[in-house]
Amino acid sequence: MTDAIVVDGVRKRYGARYALDGLDLRVGRGTVHAVLGPNGAGKTTLVRVMSTLLRPGGGRVEVAGHDVVTQAREVRRRIGLLGQHAALDEELGGRQNLEMFGRLHHLGARHARVRADELLARFGLADTGRKAVKRYSGGMRRRLDLAASLITEPEVLFLDEPTTGLDPRGRAEVWAAVRSLVGGGTTVLLTTQYLEEADQLAHRISLVDRGRVVADGTADELKALAGGDRIDVVLRDGGQLGTAVALLPLSRAEISVDVDRRLLSAPVTDRMKALAGVVRALEEAGVEAEDVALRRPTLDEVFLRLTADDEPAEPAEPAEPAEPAEPAKEAV
Amino acid sequence: MTTYALSDSWTMTRRELAHWARQPAQVLVGLVFPVMLLLMFSYLIGGGRGVDGDYVDFLVPGMFALTMAFGLEGTMLAVTQDLNKGVIDRFRSMPMADGAVLVGRSAADMLQSALGLVVLIGVGYALGWRVHGGFGAFMGAMGLLLLLRFAMLWIGILLAMVAGKPEMVQAVQILVWPVGFLSNAIATPESMPAWLGTVVEWNPLSQTATAVRDLFGVAGAEPGHTWAAVAWPLALLAVFFPLAVRRFRRLSV
Repeated sequence: MTDAIVVDGVRKRYGARYALDGLDLRVGRGTVHAVLGPNGAGKTTLVRVMSTLLRPGGGRVEVAGHDVVTQAREVRRRIGLLGQHAALDEELGGRQNLEMFGRLHHLGARHARVRADELLARFGLADTGRKAVKRYSGGMRRRLDLAASLITEPEVLFLDEPTTGLDPRGRAEVWAAVRSLVGGGTTVLLTTQYLEEADQLAHRISLVDRGRVVADGTADELKALAGGDRIDVVLRDGGQLGTAVALLPLSRAEISVDVDRRLLSAPVTDRMKALAGVVRALEEAGVEAEDVALRRPTLDEVFLRLTADDEPAEPAEPAEPAEPAEPAKEAV
Repeated sequence: MTTYALSDSWTMTRRELAHWARQPAQVLVGLVFPVMLLLMFSYLIGGGRGVDGDYVDFLVPGMFALTMAFGLEGTMLAVTQDLNKGVIDRFRSMPMADGAVLVGRSAADMLQSALGLVVLIGVGYALGWRVHGGFGAFMGAMGLLLLLRFAMLWIGILLAMVAGKPEMVQAVQILVWPVGFLSNAIATPESMPAWLGTVVEWNPLSQTATAVRDLFGVAGAEPGHTWAAVAWPLALLAVFFPLAVRRFRRLSV
């Protein structure tokens, strides 16, 4: 009972394609966990299974200590869901929405009204009056949606791509709101395609591709998977990239070149020695650099590396057989 | 957990009423449309094919029944629109009673249809239509009409879930019209080719229309159709109500 979310080998099939292909996940209570992956990786399907909207084809899913299939109602009392699209009644106003959801959570009419006021104030929507939600801005809509998913102070909150389609300001608003939840004891599971978002908000990250988790850990642990530190060199003249690759004291096979950005990048073992060596070599050859920087690998690089092949690239863990051991039963 | 079934259903009914308050024009259009049909048939293309007595006495009850049947479209459109909105996901991820969404829909639609009947009665009266039977018979006729509407409601809910997208609703609407007019709502079966007349007589809508005419004491109305006007809608309900509820529970599962 220490984990707020337990997912064991969950499968979901659409036709011949597995949206979830034996996915495992553990999320500790009170933590923020990011599920990171490209479009079509199965993130939304996973959230819909965990929030009882979709019946899994196989495997076991427990949320807040209850099974999502056999104890769906118990799960529903304990979760909040912020889907990819606003789950609001667009014809009604913000207060009307929140009061309605409060009553459907069986708070009682008076308590529902009080709760709606609290949430409107907390999310800066107190002055929206009777304005219909369809006339809200994207950021306001998202905040109201988030408020609606917090009606009962849920044990587990699901956020499915909470900032997709928002402008930077709206994104900052949602991030601030998520951060304010942490420490209140709420477990947050968020899906995102933005590596920065996972890096910023989550304690732990699961990289998901083709319906399964390909890597799991803290942002730092995942970055370590892509190798150690890297050095980036931006040249003033892109035409000299070839020369630079030939003369720099770096392992030539591991240098990647980005012609558009006049950038070459390579992993390094000894940071200071590499930096000094690169600067000296460039000086001696008379190649002018605009920028030379040491950095940790980005999650982008981790992700590309781990999903470059069909098989997960993590050598320590042998890949599971591609065919499921038992054919998943598909719910009609 | 059924303790909340009533309060949840009431919450969902209130939601529909709040929509009315926000969009009174839509409600008005819904009420005016049958009136337009009634005026059109009584003044423009009327004349009453095969009707012996007063055509208005024949037509008004027919329009009542036709309006109940066409209510299917409104239900279907509302349900499809709702299902394609994100809010349905929130409802389904909350611990509310299973059928509350559908009960809210049906309560609102029944209320709208009852209002529609009141308006039509008023307009019919202005056109010279009169009830010749007693008050009990009148209320019985209203009951039969609303029963037909209730059966149409659940057909509409099921069709909406099967059709899925609002664009598909139009296709179904195109089919609803001929079914509505293939009845004795505006003309007698005797005025039609024999095979068509048979189809028309079997139409549940015709049964209700005939029974209602009889209860209103319309001259020349065939008696003895009340049982069919009760049995047909009940039979439709027995089929479509469980199918609709089942389909709703399994939505996107």
